[in-house]
Amino acid sequence: MSHGPSASGGALVAAPPHGQHHDEPHEPVFVGAARTELAAILSRYPTKQAALLPALWMLQDARGWVSDKGIEEVAHLLEITPAYIKGVVSFYTMYHQHPVGRHFIQVCTTTPCNVCGAEDVVKSFLEHTGCDDLGLTSPDGKYTVIEVECLGACGFATPVMINNDFLESVTPESVPRILSELP
Amino acid sequence: MGYPHPSHPRETPVLSKYFGDAEARTLAGWRARGGYEALEKALLTDPQELQAVVKESGLRGRGGAGFPTGMKWSFMKPDGKTHYLACNADESEPGTFKDREIMRWTPHGLVEGVALAAHTIYAETAYIYIRGEFTEPFARVTRAIDEAYAAGLLGANAMGSGKRVDVHVHRGAGAYICGEETALMNSLEGRRGNPRIKPPFPAVAGLFGKPTTINNVETLTAVPYIIKHGAEWYKQFGRADNPKSIGTKLFSVCGNISRPGNYEVALGFPFKEFLYDLCGGPLPDREIKAVIPGGSSVPILTREEAEGALMDYEGMVAAGTMLGSGGVIVFDDRQDMVRQIARLTRFYAHESCAQCTQCREGTAWTTRILERIRDGEGTAEDLDTLLAIADNMSGKTICVLSDSCATPVVSGIKKFRHEFEAKIAQNKAMVTVPGALRASAA
Repeated sequence: MSHGPSASGGALVAAPPHGQHHDEPHEPVFVGAARTELAAILSRYPTKQAALLPALWMLQDARGWVSDKGIEEVAHLLEITPAYIKGVVSFYTMYHQHPVGRHFIQVCTTTPCNVCGAEDVVKSFLEHTGCDDLGLTSPDGKYTVIEVECLGACGFATPVMINNDFLESVTPESVPRILSELP
Repeated sequence: MGYPHPSHPRETPVLSKYFGDAEARTLAGWRARGGYEALEKALLTDPQELQAVVKESGLRGRGGAGFPTGMKWSFMKPDGKTHYLACNADESEPGTFKDREIMRWTPHGLVEGVALAAHTIYAETAYIYIRGEFTEPFARVTRAIDEAYAAGLLGANAMGSGKRVDVHVHRGAGAYICGEETALMNSLEGRRGNPRIKPPFPAVAGLFGKPTTINNVETLTAVPYIIKHGAEWYKQFGRADNPKSIGTKLFSVCGNISRPGNYEVALGFPFKEFLYDLCGGPLPDREIKAVIPGGSSVPILTREEAEGALMDYEGMVAAGTMLGSGGVIVFDDRQDMVRQIARLTRFYAHESCAQCTQCREGTAWTTRILERIRDGEGTAEDLDTLLAIADNMSGKTICVLSDSCATPVVSGIKKFRHEFEAKIAQNKAMVTVPGALRASAA
């Protein structure tokens, strides 16, 4: 993912929130059952590095995002440098490099959904979550809304992902109900 | 199809026969429907023999490139080296959502195909690389694998054959480019998903440097049927006058169409009948304006061109496009083609891995220029500039993402030039100077 010379101008990844988050204490993730799970994952591959994406998923599932301290923990376990891991993390759009809202909402707006009105779905989410703009977290910390490129469910326009849940055929009108049903 | 609509009588449901049938998702349900019979037979058959059957069947890759599957497999010899099979389930070509349905409804069909193919290419280990956003397909396939291990269908002594077949799932993390086979291998190895320079080809040095075969979900899911029923059975599907395109194919249909969804037809099916009868044609009081027939990376067709096309590899080439992944995107007469082509190039600009200059710069500048034309700020030179950039983006990079971005631009300008020119004519800031058109500095 080229985050460099993007011509789009739009916020394609979540923007960092205001304030510091570097000083938060890091509780190790890979202990107990998680350590056992990682060992099982490692047994599937001939190299330790191949377990990097799965390990980053475990880290993000446990902490909500991929922090520098978390990267250091993974680096130590898989014997890769933290700098290398940062390079990998920044390539993939699904790893959060800073905290995001409790409900991370991704709305597909690529062409097939776009011709079915996906941009109106985005507007409806921004309006009903109180998020000022794409990639910004709502003041209550509850929501972050981004546009996502093709979710691979084009026949069910507009598909939306909220954390790990996949919703199909979302319309601007169905957004308030969807939000009201979130925990 | 079977889901979300009942199957149309003109469909040929082979892979999609159990879409919508929740029982088919379980091991018991799948075996009751004849599942794993092909794998059991195959594990006791010499891989060379299996490769020959698949070659004879005429099956070609269903991910987009259409490479003959049997030939790809024949590159894998019993050389004593460690081999790997990678299943490409990173479905993310805009307009394509067929592999998702295969994994959601018939996960055991995929696991069986993967295990069978692994044995056929002398591999003991296979990885199914599923895109990160596909959380439900990931859960369904993971569960199917767990069930298969528990029943002894996979593992050190798969189905009692004495052969080892291990199948693992690997979750991606959001990157279209990881559907490119060498990028997928890098991603699986824990690296950034940058495509690799070829040669060496994966069959020589692929995953972890070992000989590797990569196949699409739909391709692998079709194989057990071919092994079970034979190559001759498979050859009945297709048009009589084109032996190069054999079998059934899933087509995902989306955009401005009455009944979006997945449809499975024999290759060579008339596209006009497909669009109007099976998919219900355009929405009420609308007309189809344009169709992209094979995922966003293939040339756009006008309605007239689409209506005359046949749905197979050669039929789509004859119509000036490609079969691709079978992702059909329909645009009706409300759509602004400049806007939608700009949206497509924005997709490619976002998804470029940025290692090749032509792609990194080309996708970004193409998008910038198209968006200014879209916004009524285009200039008379812009179309020539876009075509020149597209030329520099085609055939000059490590992978074809760059070409894929250029394709809708070139075909869009060729077929809908009047829409581009109308937008440019809206540019109030443009002034005419004697002998040439020039944009003002504003």
